[in-house]
Amino acid sequence: MSDKTFDPHNADAGFFTVNKAERVDTSSGQRASTAKRWRAPDFVIRLVSPLVLLLLWELASQSGLLPSRVIAAPSQIGGTLWAMIASGELGKHLWVSLQRALLGLSIGVSIGVVAALITGLSKRGEVILDSPMQMLRTIPSLALVPLFILWFGIGEFTKIALIVTGTTFPVYLNLFSGIRNIDPKLIEAANTLGLNRRQLIWHVILPGSLPSFFVGLRYSLGISWLALVFVEQINTTAGIGYLASDARDFMRTDVIVICLLIYSVLGLVIDGIIRTLERYALAWRPTFVRN
Amino acid sequence: MAALDLLHTSSPVEPRNPAPVQLRNVVRQFGEQRVIDGLDLDIAPGEFVALLGASGSGKTTLLRTLAGLDNIDSGQLRVPLARAAVFQEPRLMPWKSAWKNVVLGLNIDNAKARAEEALTEVGLSHRLNAFPATLSGGEAQRVALARGLVREPKLLLLDEPFAALDALTRIRMHQLIIDLWRKHTPAVLLVTHDVDEAILLADRVIVLANGKIADELHIELPRQRSTGQAGFQAIRTRLLGLLGVEAGAEHTHESESAVDEPTHEKLRRFANAR
Repeated sequence: MSDKTFDPHNADAGFFTVNKAERVDTSSGQRASTAKRWRAPDFVIRLVSPLVLLLLWELASQSGLLPSRVIAAPSQIGGTLWAMIASGELGKHLWVSLQRALLGLSIGVSIGVVAALITGLSKRGEVILDSPMQMLRTIPSLALVPLFILWFGIGEFTKIALIVTGTTFPVYLNLFSGIRNIDPKLIEAANTLGLNRRQLIWHVILPGSLPSFFVGLRYSLGISWLALVFVEQINTTAGIGYLASDARDFMRTDVIVICLLIYSVLGLVIDGIIRTLERYALAWRPTFVRN
Repeated sequence: MAALDLLHTSSPVEPRNPAPVQLRNVVRQFGEQRVIDGLDLDIAPGEFVALLGASGSGKTTLLRTLAGLDNIDSGQLRVPLARAAVFQEPRLMPWKSAWKNVVLGLNIDNAKARAEEALTEVGLSHRLNAFPATLSGGEAQRVALARGLVREPKLLLLDEPFAALDALTRIRMHQLIIDLWRKHTPAVLLVTHDVDEAILLADRVIVLANGKIADELHIELPRQRSTGQAGFQAIRTRLLGLLGVEAGAEHTHESESAVDEPTHEKLRRFANAR
Protein backbone atom coordinates (compact mmCIF):
# COMPACT_ATOMS: atom_id res chain seq x y z
CA MET A 1 0.00 0.00 0.00
CA SER A 2 2.54 2.59 1.10
CA ASP A 3 5.85 3.04 -0.58
CA LYS A 4 7.69 3.63 2.64
CA THR A 5 8.29 0.57 4.75
CA PHE A 6 7.78 0.60 8.43
CA ASP A 7 10.76 -0.53 10.39
CA PRO A 8 9.82 -1.38 13.94
CA HIS A 9 13.28 -2.70 14.78
CA ASN A 10 14.83 0.60 14.07
CA ALA A 11 12.38 2.35 16.36
CA ASP A 12 13.73 4.49 19.11
CA ALA A 13 13.22 3.40 22.68
CA GLY A 14 11.15 6.55 23.16
CA PHE A 15 8.35 5.35 20.86
CA PHE A 16 5.45 3.06 21.27
CA THR A 17 5.07 1.11 18.05
CA VAL A 18 2.23 -1.04 16.84
CA ASN A 19 2.64 -3.38 13.92
CA LYS A 20 -0.30 -5.60 13.17
CA ALA A 21 -0.72 -7.71 10.08
CA GLU A 22 -3.74 -6.81 8.01
CA ARG A 23 -6.69 -8.97 8.92
CA VAL A 24 -7.41 -11.50 6.18
CA ASP A 25 -11.08 -12.35 5.99
CA THR A 26 -11.30 -15.90 4.70
CA SER A 27 -14.99 -16.41 4.26
CA SER A 28 -14.87 -20.15 4.53
CA GLY A 29 -17.44 -21.48 6.98
CA GLN A 30 -14.94 -23.92 8.36
CA ARG A 31 -12.84 -21.31 10.09
CA ALA A 32 -15.82 -19.46 11.40
CA SER A 33 -17.21 -22.61 12.97
CA THR A 34 -13.97 -23.46 14.71
CA ALA A 35 -13.66 -19.90 15.99
CA LYS A 36 -17.26 -19.96 17.19
CA ARG A 37 -16.88 -22.99 19.35
CA TRP A 38 -19.59 -23.43 21.93
CA ARG A 39 -19.06 -21.35 25.03
CA ALA A 40 -21.27 -21.35 28.10
CA PRO A 41 -23.35 -18.13 28.25
CA ASP A 42 -22.22 -15.62 30.84
CA PHE A 43 -25.18 -16.07 33.13
CA VAL A 44 -24.47 -19.79 33.42
CA ILE A 45 -20.89 -19.06 34.46
CA ARG A 46 -22.20 -16.51 36.92
CA LEU A 47 -24.43 -19.17 38.47
CA VAL A 48 -21.61 -21.63 39.02
CA SER A 49 -20.22 -20.24 42.27
CA PRO A 50 -23.60 -19.78 44.03
CA LEU A 51 -24.58 -23.28 42.98
CA VAL A 52 -21.35 -24.73 44.34
CA LEU A 53 -21.98 -22.89 47.58
CA LEU A 54 -25.53 -24.25 47.77
CA LEU A 55 -24.23 -27.73 47.12
CA LEU A 56 -21.68 -27.46 49.93
CA TRP A 57 -24.39 -26.14 52.23
CA GLU A 58 -26.68 -29.04 51.33
CA LEU A 59 -23.90 -31.56 51.90
CA ALA A 60 -23.05 -30.00 55.27
CA SER A 61 -26.68 -30.18 56.31
CA GLN A 62 -27.15 -33.78 55.16
CA SER A 63 -24.00 -34.94 56.91
CA GLY A 64 -25.16 -33.31 60.15
CA LEU A 65 -22.34 -30.75 60.16
CA LEU A 66 -24.97 -27.98 60.08
CA PRO A 67 -27.85 -28.83 62.39
CA SER A 68 -31.23 -27.57 61.25
CA ARG A 69 -31.67 -25.42 64.36
CA VAL A 70 -28.69 -23.37 63.13
CA ILE A 71 -29.87 -23.27 59.55
CA ALA A 72 -32.09 -25.51 57.48
CA ALA A 73 -30.86 -27.36 54.42
CA PRO A 74 -31.49 -25.69 51.05
CA SER A 75 -33.66 -28.62 49.98
CA GLN A 76 -35.79 -28.22 53.08
CA ILE A 77 -36.10 -24.46 52.50
CA GLY A 78 -37.12 -25.07 48.93
CA GLY A 79 -39.72 -27.59 49.98
CA THR A 80 -41.18 -25.30 52.63
CA LEU A 81 -41.21 -22.39 50.19
CA TRP A 82 -43.13 -24.44 47.67
CA ALA A 83 -45.58 -25.61 50.31
CA MET A 84 -46.16 -22.06 51.53
CA ILE A 85 -46.71 -20.77 48.03
CA ALA A 86 -49.03 -23.63 47.17
CA SER A 87 -51.13 -23.19 50.30
CA GLY A 88 -51.40 -19.46 49.66
CA GLU A 89 -50.00 -18.73 53.11
CA LEU A 90 -47.02 -16.83 51.77
CA GLY A 91 -49.16 -14.78 49.42
CA LYS A 92 -51.48 -13.77 52.23
CA HIS A 93 -48.67 -12.56 54.49
CA LEU A 94 -46.90 -10.84 51.64
CA TRP A 95 -50.03 -8.96 50.66
CA VAL A 96 -50.58 -7.75 54.23
CA SER A 97 -46.98 -6.55 54.46
CA LEU A 98 -47.10 -4.83 51.08
CA GLN A 99 -50.26 -2.97 52.04
CA ARG A 100 -48.70 -1.75 55.27
CA ALA A 101 -45.50 -0.66 53.57
CA LEU A 102 -47.23 1.12 50.72
CA LEU A 103 -49.74 2.88 52.96
CA GLY A 104 -47.04 4.09 55.35
CA LEU A 105 -44.75 5.00 52.48
CA SER A 106 -47.35 6.98 50.56
CA ILE A 107 -48.34 8.96 53.64
CA GLY A 108 -44.72 9.53 54.66
CA VAL A 109 -43.61 10.58 51.17
CA SER A 110 -46.59 12.92 50.83
CA ILE A 111 -45.79 14.63 54.13
CA GLY A 112 -42.12 14.88 53.14
CA VAL A 113 -42.96 16.40 49.76
CA VAL A 114 -45.39 18.94 51.18
CA ALA A 115 -42.97 19.96 53.93
CA ALA A 116 -40.07 20.26 51.47
CA LEU A 117 -42.15 22.40 49.13
CA ILE A 118 -43.11 24.70 51.99
CA THR A 119 -39.56 25.12 53.26
CA GLY A 120 -37.92 25.00 49.85
CA LEU A 121 -40.11 27.54 48.12
CA SER A 122 -40.52 30.17 50.81
CA LYS A 123 -38.06 31.83 53.12
CA ARG A 124 -40.68 32.13 55.84
CA GLY A 125 -41.60 28.49 55.46
CA GLU A 126 -37.96 27.56 55.98
CA VAL A 127 -37.71 29.68 59.13
CA ILE A 128 -40.86 28.16 60.60
CA LEU A 129 -40.65 24.53 59.54
CA ASP A 130 -37.05 23.61 58.84
CA SER A 131 -35.60 23.55 62.35
CA PRO A 132 -38.37 21.36 63.84
CA MET A 133 -37.95 18.99 60.89
CA GLN A 134 -34.20 18.88 61.40
CA MET A 135 -34.71 18.13 65.09
CA LEU A 136 -37.25 15.41 64.48
CA ARG A 137 -35.17 13.73 61.82
CA THR A 138 -32.37 12.99 64.27
CA ILE A 139 -34.70 10.81 66.37
CA PRO A 140 -34.46 7.20 65.19
CA SER A 141 -38.04 6.33 64.35
CA LEU A 142 -37.81 2.96 66.06
CA ALA A 143 -37.02 4.76 69.32
CA LEU A 144 -40.55 6.12 69.14
CA VAL A 145 -42.07 2.66 69.51
CA PRO A 146 -42.71 2.85 73.26
CA LEU A 147 -44.29 6.26 72.98
CA PHE A 148 -46.42 5.30 70.00
CA ILE A 149 -47.63 2.19 71.77
CA LEU A 150 -48.70 4.30 74.73
CA TRP A 151 -50.41 6.81 72.48
CA PHE A 152 -51.98 4.67 69.81
CA GLY A 153 -52.00 1.20 71.34
CA ILE A 154 -50.56 -1.84 69.63
CA GLY A 155 -52.89 -1.83 66.66
CA GLU A 156 -52.41 -1.10 62.99
CA PHE A 157 -52.19 2.65 63.54
CA THR A 158 -48.91 2.42 65.43
CA LYS A 159 -47.36 0.27 62.73
CA ILE A 160 -48.31 2.63 59.93
CA ALA A 161 -47.28 5.66 62.01
CA LEU A 162 -43.82 4.22 62.53
CA ILE A 163 -43.35 3.61 58.81
CA VAL A 164 -44.54 7.16 58.15
CA THR A 165 -42.04 8.70 60.55
CA GLY A 166 -39.25 6.67 59.00
CA THR A 167 -40.04 7.52 55.39
CA THR A 168 -40.88 11.24 55.70
CA PHE A 169 -37.40 12.59 56.33
CA PRO A 170 -35.33 11.12 53.50
CA VAL A 171 -37.79 12.60 51.01
CA TYR A 172 -37.96 15.87 52.89
CA LEU A 173 -34.21 16.35 53.14
CA ASN A 174 -33.40 15.40 49.58
CA LEU A 175 -36.20 17.35 47.95
CA PHE A 176 -35.45 20.41 50.06
CA SER A 177 -31.80 20.41 49.08
CA GLY A 178 -32.78 19.65 45.48
CA ILE A 179 -34.98 22.72 45.38
CA ARG A 180 -32.32 24.90 46.98
CA ASN A 181 -29.52 23.63 44.75
CA ILE A 182 -31.09 24.46 41.40
CA ASP A 183 -28.62 26.41 39.29
CA PRO A 184 -29.31 30.09 40.08
CA LYS A 185 -28.44 30.88 36.47
CA LEU A 186 -31.50 28.93 35.34
CA ILE A 187 -33.68 30.84 37.79
CA GLU A 188 -32.18 34.05 36.43
CA ALA A 189 -32.86 32.93 32.86
CA ALA A 190 -36.45 32.16 33.84
CA ASN A 191 -36.76 35.65 35.28
CA THR A 192 -35.47 37.30 32.12
CA LEU A 193 -37.97 35.20 30.17
CA GLY A 194 -40.74 36.74 32.24
CA LEU A 195 -41.95 33.62 34.02
CA ASN A 196 -44.24 34.31 36.95
CA ARG A 197 -43.81 32.53 40.26
CA ARG A 198 -46.23 29.74 39.47
CA GLN A 199 -44.57 29.09 36.10
CA LEU A 200 -41.14 29.25 37.72
CA ILE A 201 -42.10 26.54 40.20
CA TRP A 202 -43.79 24.36 37.61
CA HIS A 203 -41.32 24.66 34.74
CA VAL A 204 -38.02 25.16 36.54
CA ILE A 205 -37.96 24.31 40.23
CA LEU A 206 -39.99 21.09 40.29
CA PRO A 207 -38.39 19.41 37.28
CA GLY A 208 -34.99 20.56 38.49
CA SER A 209 -35.42 18.98 41.90
CA LEU A 210 -36.91 15.73 40.62
CA PRO A 211 -33.57 13.84 40.59
CA SER A 212 -33.08 14.63 44.28
CA PHE A 213 -36.63 13.54 45.00
CA PHE A 214 -35.90 10.15 43.49
CA VAL A 215 -32.82 9.76 45.67
CA GLY A 216 -35.00 10.45 48.71
CA LEU A 217 -37.66 8.06 47.49
CA ARG A 218 -35.18 5.23 47.23
CA TYR A 219 -33.98 5.80 50.77
CA SER A 220 -37.58 5.91 51.97
CA LEU A 221 -38.41 2.64 50.27
CA GLY A 222 -35.49 0.94 51.96
CA ILE A 223 -36.53 2.33 55.32
CA SER A 224 -40.14 1.27 54.85
CA TRP A 225 -39.02 -2.37 54.57
CA LEU A 226 -36.71 -2.01 57.54
CA ALA A 227 -39.50 -0.54 59.65
CA LEU A 228 -41.80 -3.31 58.48
CA VAL A 229 -39.56 -6.05 59.87
CA PHE A 230 -39.66 -4.33 63.20
CA VAL A 231 -43.28 -3.25 63.53
CA GLU A 232 -44.61 -6.60 62.40
CA GLN A 233 -43.20 -8.17 65.51
CA ILE A 234 -45.55 -6.12 67.68
CA ASN A 235 -48.84 -7.93 68.18
CA THR A 236 -49.44 -9.09 64.64
CA THR A 237 -51.13 -12.09 63.16
CA ALA A 238 -50.09 -11.53 59.58
CA GLY A 239 -47.22 -10.17 57.55
CA ILE A 240 -43.69 -11.23 56.69
CA GLY A 241 -42.32 -9.90 59.98
CA TYR A 242 -44.92 -11.93 61.87
CA LEU A 243 -43.97 -15.00 59.87
CA ALA A 244 -40.33 -14.53 60.85
CA SER A 245 -40.94 -13.96 64.54
CA ASP A 246 -43.39 -16.84 64.65
CA ALA A 247 -40.81 -19.07 62.99
CA ARG A 248 -38.27 -18.01 65.57
CA ASP A 249 -40.57 -19.26 68.35
CA PHE A 250 -40.80 -22.64 66.67
CA MET A 251 -37.14 -22.72 65.62
CA ARG A 252 -38.16 -22.95 61.96
CA THR A 253 -34.94 -21.70 60.39
CA ASP A 254 -36.28 -22.61 56.95
CA VAL A 255 -39.15 -20.12 57.28
CA ILE A 256 -36.80 -17.42 58.58
CA VAL A 257 -34.58 -17.85 55.54
CA ILE A 258 -37.61 -17.65 53.29
CA CYS A 259 -38.60 -14.34 54.91
CA LEU A 260 -35.11 -12.98 54.35
CA LEU A 261 -35.25 -14.07 50.73
CA ILE A 262 -38.55 -12.32 50.27
CA TYR A 263 -37.20 -9.09 51.68
CA SER A 264 -34.26 -9.11 49.32
CA VAL A 265 -36.35 -10.02 46.27
CA LEU A 266 -38.86 -7.28 47.08
CA GLY A 267 -36.04 -4.80 47.52
CA LEU A 268 -34.74 -5.68 44.06
CA VAL A 269 -38.19 -5.47 42.48
CA ILE A 270 -38.92 -2.08 43.99
CA ASP A 271 -35.54 -0.73 43.00
CA GLY A 272 -36.28 -1.89 39.47
CA ILE A 273 -39.61 -0.06 39.51
CA ILE A 274 -37.94 3.16 40.69
CA ARG A 275 -35.27 2.81 38.01
CA THR A 276 -37.96 2.51 35.36
CA LEU A 277 -39.74 5.57 36.72
CA GLU A 278 -36.48 7.53 36.68
CA ARG A 279 -35.71 6.49 33.15
CA TYR A 280 -39.05 7.89 32.09
CA ALA A 281 -39.20 11.01 34.28
CA LEU A 282 -35.54 11.99 33.94
CA ALA A 283 -35.14 11.16 30.26
CA TRP A 284 -33.44 14.53 29.76
CA ARG A 285 -30.44 13.68 31.94
CA PRO A 286 -27.19 13.23 30.04
CA THR A 287 -26.69 9.71 31.45
CA PHE A 288 -30.00 8.60 29.95
CA VAL A 289 -29.79 10.75 26.86
CA ARG A 290 -26.47 9.25 25.77
CA ASN A 291 -27.86 5.72 25.71
CA MET B 1 -44.47 54.18 25.10
CA ALA B 2 -46.74 51.97 27.15
CA ALA B 3 -44.18 49.21 26.97
CA LEU B 4 -41.50 51.27 28.61
CA ASP B 5 -40.27 50.93 32.11
CA LEU B 6 -39.67 54.13 34.01
CA LEU B 7 -37.49 54.03 37.09
CA HIS B 8 -36.41 56.91 39.28
CA THR B 9 -38.05 59.53 37.11
CA SER B 10 -37.17 62.65 39.02
CA SER B 11 -37.29 64.65 35.79
CA PRO B 12 -39.28 63.41 32.81
CA VAL B 13 -37.26 62.02 29.96
CA GLU B 14 -38.00 64.04 26.83
CA PRO B 15 -40.68 62.09 24.93
CA ARG B 16 -39.60 63.14 21.47
CA ASN B 17 -36.40 61.14 21.88
CA PRO B 18 -37.15 57.74 20.37
CA ALA B 19 -34.18 55.97 21.95
CA PRO B 20 -35.43 52.72 23.50
CA VAL B 21 -32.58 52.69 25.98
CA GLN B 22 -31.82 55.81 27.97
CA LEU B 23 -29.57 56.04 30.98
CA ARG B 24 -28.87 59.28 32.81
CA ASN B 25 -26.33 59.54 35.59
CA VAL B 26 -26.87 55.93 36.59
CA VAL B 27 -25.03 54.74 39.70
CA ARG B 28 -24.74 51.20 40.97
CA GLN B 29 -22.53 50.47 43.93
CA PHE B 30 -21.65 47.43 45.95
CA GLY B 31 -20.59 48.68 49.36
CA GLU B 32 -18.13 51.49 48.81
CA GLN B 33 -17.25 50.49 45.27
CA ARG B 34 -19.12 52.26 42.50
CA VAL B 35 -19.33 49.67 39.76
CA ILE B 36 -21.35 52.03 37.56
CA ASP B 37 -20.50 55.61 38.28
CA GLY B 38 -22.70 58.25 36.71
CA LEU B 39 -23.24 56.56 33.37
CA ASP B 40 -25.06 58.23 30.46
CA LEU B 41 -26.05 56.06 27.53
CA ASP B 42 -28.55 56.17 24.68
CA ILE B 43 -29.15 53.34 22.28
CA ALA B 44 -31.17 54.20 19.19
CA PRO B 45 -33.84 51.85 17.80
CA GLY B 46 -32.20 49.10 15.84
CA GLU B 47 -28.70 50.20 16.74
CA PHE B 48 -25.99 47.57 17.33
CA VAL B 49 -23.79 48.65 20.21
CA ALA B 50 -20.80 46.73 21.48
CA LEU B 51 -19.55 47.28 24.98
CA LEU B 52 -15.85 46.73 25.56
CA GLY B 53 -14.00 46.97 28.80
CA ALA B 54 -11.47 45.24 30.99
CA SER B 55 -12.89 42.87 33.58
CA GLY B 56 -14.24 44.80 36.52
CA SER B 57 -15.12 47.79 34.35
CA GLY B 58 -18.82 47.31 35.09
CA LYS B 59 -19.94 46.01 31.72
CA THR B 60 -21.65 42.90 33.04
CA THR B 61 -23.33 44.90 35.79
CA LEU B 62 -24.61 47.32 33.19
CA LEU B 63 -26.02 44.50 31.10
CA ARG B 64 -27.65 42.89 34.13
CA THR B 65 -29.21 46.22 35.00
CA LEU B 66 -30.63 46.56 31.51
CA ALA B 67 -31.88 42.96 31.66
CA GLY B 68 -33.75 43.73 34.87
CA LEU B 69 -31.61 41.38 36.93
CA ASP B 70 -30.05 44.15 38.99
CA ASN B 71 -31.24 47.47 40.40
CA ILE B 72 -29.66 50.88 40.16
CA ASP B 73 -28.90 52.98 43.21
CA SER B 74 -29.57 56.35 41.65
CA GLY B 75 -30.13 58.00 38.29
CA GLN B 76 -32.66 57.52 35.51
CA LEU B 77 -33.08 54.40 33.48
CA ARG B 78 -35.46 53.56 30.69
CA VAL B 79 -35.46 50.23 28.89
CA PRO B 80 -38.16 48.48 26.86
CA LEU B 81 -40.01 45.72 28.68
CA ALA B 82 -39.75 43.73 25.46
CA ARG B 83 -36.16 42.70 26.00
CA ALA B 84 -34.28 39.45 25.83
CA ALA B 85 -30.89 38.33 27.04
CA VAL B 86 -28.47 35.66 25.82
CA PHE B 87 -25.63 34.79 28.16
CA GLN B 88 -22.28 33.12 27.76
CA GLU B 89 -23.79 29.78 28.78
CA PRO B 90 -27.02 28.99 26.95
CA ARG B 91 -29.00 28.59 30.21
CA LEU B 92 -31.51 26.22 28.69
CA MET B 93 -33.72 24.15 30.96
CA PRO B 94 -32.13 20.69 30.63
CA TRP B 95 -35.49 18.97 31.17
CA LYS B 96 -37.21 20.68 28.29
CA SER B 97 -36.79 19.93 24.62
CA ALA B 98 -35.37 22.61 22.35
CA TRP B 99 -38.75 23.86 21.16
CA LYS B 100 -40.23 23.94 24.66
CA ASN B 101 -37.25 25.96 25.81
CA VAL B 102 -37.86 28.45 23.02
CA VAL B 103 -41.46 29.19 24.00
CA LEU B 104 -40.98 28.83 27.76
CA GLY B 105 -43.06 31.46 29.51
CA LEU B 106 -44.98 32.52 26.41
CA ASN B 107 -48.74 32.28 26.67
CA ILE B 108 -49.61 31.67 23.04
CA ASP B 109 -51.82 29.13 21.30
CA ASN B 110 -49.62 28.02 18.44
CA ALA B 111 -46.54 27.61 20.60
CA LYS B 112 -45.02 24.73 18.70
CA ALA B 113 -45.40 26.44 15.33
CA ARG B 114 -43.82 29.62 16.69
CA ALA B 115 -40.97 27.65 18.21
CA GLU B 116 -40.42 25.80 14.96
CA GLU B 117 -40.34 29.07 13.06
CA ALA B 118 -37.80 30.55 15.47
CA LEU B 119 -35.62 27.45 15.43
CA THR B 120 -35.73 27.33 11.63
CA GLU B 121 -34.41 30.88 11.60
CA VAL B 122 -31.33 29.80 13.52
CA GLY B 123 -30.97 26.68 11.35
CA LEU B 124 -32.14 24.14 13.90
CA SER B 125 -35.44 22.96 12.45
CA HIS B 126 -34.14 19.40 12.67
CA ARG B 127 -33.46 19.59 16.41
CA LEU B 128 -36.94 20.57 17.65
CA ASN B 129 -37.31 17.73 20.11
CA ALA B 130 -33.69 17.41 21.17
CA PHE B 131 -32.83 17.75 24.84
CA PRO B 132 -30.18 20.40 25.60
CA ALA B 133 -27.75 17.71 26.79
CA THR B 134 -27.60 16.38 23.24
CA LEU B 135 -26.90 19.75 21.60
CA SER B 136 -23.42 21.00 20.81
CA GLY B 137 -22.29 24.29 22.32
CA GLY B 138 -23.08 26.22 19.16
CA GLU B 139 -26.48 24.56 18.77
CA ALA B 140 -27.42 25.27 22.37
CA GLN B 141 -26.42 28.90 21.94
CA ARG B 142 -28.55 29.12 18.80
CA VAL B 143 -31.53 27.74 20.74
CA ALA B 144 -30.91 30.45 23.35
CA LEU B 145 -30.85 33.02 20.57
CA ALA B 146 -34.12 31.69 19.15
CA ARG B 147 -35.61 31.80 22.64
CA GLY B 148 -34.71 35.48 22.88
CA LEU B 149 -35.87 36.46 19.40
CA VAL B 150 -39.20 34.64 19.54
CA ARG B 151 -40.25 37.29 22.07
CA GLU B 152 -39.74 40.02 19.42
CA PRO B 153 -37.54 42.13 21.72
CA LYS B 154 -36.95 45.83 21.20
CA LEU B 155 -33.67 45.33 23.03
CA LEU B 156 -31.46 42.27 22.68
CA LEU B 157 -28.79 41.91 25.34
CA LEU B 158 -25.84 39.66 24.55
CA ASP B 159 -23.42 38.87 27.37
CA GLU B 160 -20.31 37.39 25.72
CA PRO B 161 -22.52 34.89 23.92
CA PHE B 162 -19.75 33.58 21.67
CA ALA B 163 -16.95 33.43 24.22
CA ALA B 164 -17.32 29.71 24.92
CA LEU B 165 -17.58 28.67 21.27
CA ASP B 166 -14.80 27.41 19.03
CA ALA B 167 -13.39 29.73 16.37
CA LEU B 168 -15.32 28.26 13.44
CA THR B 169 -18.64 28.23 15.25
CA ARG B 170 -18.02 31.78 16.41
CA ILE B 171 -17.56 33.05 12.87
CA ARG B 172 -20.77 31.38 11.82
CA MET B 173 -22.57 32.81 14.82
CA HIS B 174 -21.35 36.31 13.91
CA GLN B 175 -22.97 35.96 10.51
CA LEU B 176 -26.13 34.56 12.04
CA ILE B 177 -26.48 37.34 14.58
CA ILE B 178 -26.10 39.99 11.88
CA ASP B 179 -28.74 38.29 9.72
CA LEU B 180 -31.16 38.02 12.61
CA TRP B 181 -30.50 41.60 13.69
CA ARG B 182 -31.29 42.83 10.18
CA LYS B 183 -34.48 40.79 10.08
CA HIS B 184 -35.86 41.61 13.52
CA THR B 185 -34.22 45.04 13.95
CA PRO B 186 -33.92 45.08 17.73
CA ALA B 187 -31.48 47.42 19.40
CA VAL B 188 -28.55 45.22 20.43
CA LEU B 189 -26.12 45.62 23.29
CA LEU B 190 -23.26 43.16 22.98
CA VAL B 191 -20.89 42.81 25.90
CA THR B 192 -17.60 41.34 24.78
CA HIS B 193 -13.90 41.40 25.50
CA ASP B 194 -13.01 40.56 21.92
CA VAL B 195 -12.06 43.75 20.10
CA ASP B 196 -12.29 42.12 16.65
CA GLU B 197 -15.77 40.83 17.39
CA ALA B 198 -16.90 44.30 18.45
CA ILE B 199 -15.58 45.91 15.26
CA LEU B 200 -17.00 43.17 13.04
CA LEU B 201 -20.52 43.44 14.42
CA ALA B 202 -21.28 46.81 15.93
CA ASP B 203 -22.42 50.21 14.65
CA ARG B 204 -20.87 51.79 17.70
CA VAL B 205 -18.27 50.55 20.15
CA ILE B 206 -18.34 51.86 23.69
CA VAL B 207 -15.34 51.47 25.94
CA LEU B 208 -16.21 51.26 29.60
CA ALA B 209 -13.68 52.03 32.32
CA ASN B 210 -14.30 52.52 36.03
CA GLY B 211 -18.04 52.48 35.56
CA LYS B 212 -18.03 55.32 33.02
CA ILE B 213 -17.91 55.55 29.28
CA ALA B 214 -14.23 56.18 28.58
CA ASP B 215 -14.74 56.60 24.86
CA GLU B 216 -16.96 55.59 22.01
CA LEU B 217 -16.34 55.00 18.38
CA HIS B 218 -18.76 54.83 15.46
CA ILE B 219 -17.68 52.07 13.13
CA GLU B 220 -18.46 53.15 9.61
CA LEU B 221 -16.88 50.24 7.80
CA PRO B 222 -19.23 48.87 5.16
CA ARG B 223 -20.78 45.52 6.00
CA GLN B 224 -19.99 42.51 5.28
CA ARG B 225 -16.97 43.28 7.39
CA SER B 226 -13.81 41.31 7.74
CA THR B 227 -10.64 41.70 9.74
CA GLY B 228 -8.66 42.22 6.52
CA GLN B 229 -10.76 45.23 5.49
CA ALA B 230 -9.13 48.61 4.94
CA GLY B 231 -9.38 50.67 8.10
CA PHE B 232 -10.03 47.69 10.34
CA GLN B 233 -6.57 47.60 11.83
CA ALA B 234 -6.60 51.34 12.53
CA ILE B 235 -9.82 51.01 14.53
CA ARG B 236 -8.46 47.96 16.28
CA THR B 237 -5.28 49.74 17.27
CA ARG B 238 -7.24 52.69 18.56
CA LEU B 239 -9.60 50.55 20.63
CA LEU B 240 -6.75 48.53 22.07
CA GLY B 241 -5.13 51.80 23.05
CA LEU B 242 -8.33 52.88 24.78
CA LEU B 243 -8.41 49.58 26.61
CA GLY B 244 -4.94 50.28 27.93
CA VAL B 245 -3.04 47.68 25.97
CA GLU B 246 0.50 49.07 26.00
CA ALA B 247 2.23 50.09 22.80
CA GLY B 248 4.88 47.39 23.13
CA ALA B 249 2.40 44.66 23.83
CA GLU B 250 0.28 45.88 21.00
CA HIS B 251 3.16 45.61 18.56
CA THR B 252 3.79 42.00 19.33
CA HIS B 253 0.07 41.41 19.09
CA GLU B 254 -0.02 43.06 15.69
CA SER B 255 2.94 41.19 14.34
CA GLU B 256 1.23 38.04 15.51
CA SER B 257 -1.99 39.05 13.89
CA ALA B 258 -0.21 39.72 10.60
CA VAL B 259 0.42 36.01 10.44
CA ASP B 260 -2.94 35.29 11.94
CA GLU B 261 -5.06 37.29 9.50
CA PRO B 262 -4.92 35.06 6.41
CA THR B 263 -5.71 32.07 8.61
CA HIS B 264 -8.68 33.91 10.02
CA GLU B 265 -9.87 34.74 6.52
CA LYS B 266 -9.53 31.14 5.46
CA LEU B 267 -11.44 30.02 8.50
CA ARG B 268 -14.12 32.50 7.73
CA ARG B 269 -14.50 31.33 4.15
CA PHE B 270 -14.54 27.75 5.34
CA ALA B 271 -17.16 28.49 7.96
CA ASN B 272 -19.40 30.36 5.54
CA ALA B 273 -19.12 27.65 2.93
CA ARG B 274 -20.59 25.09 5.29
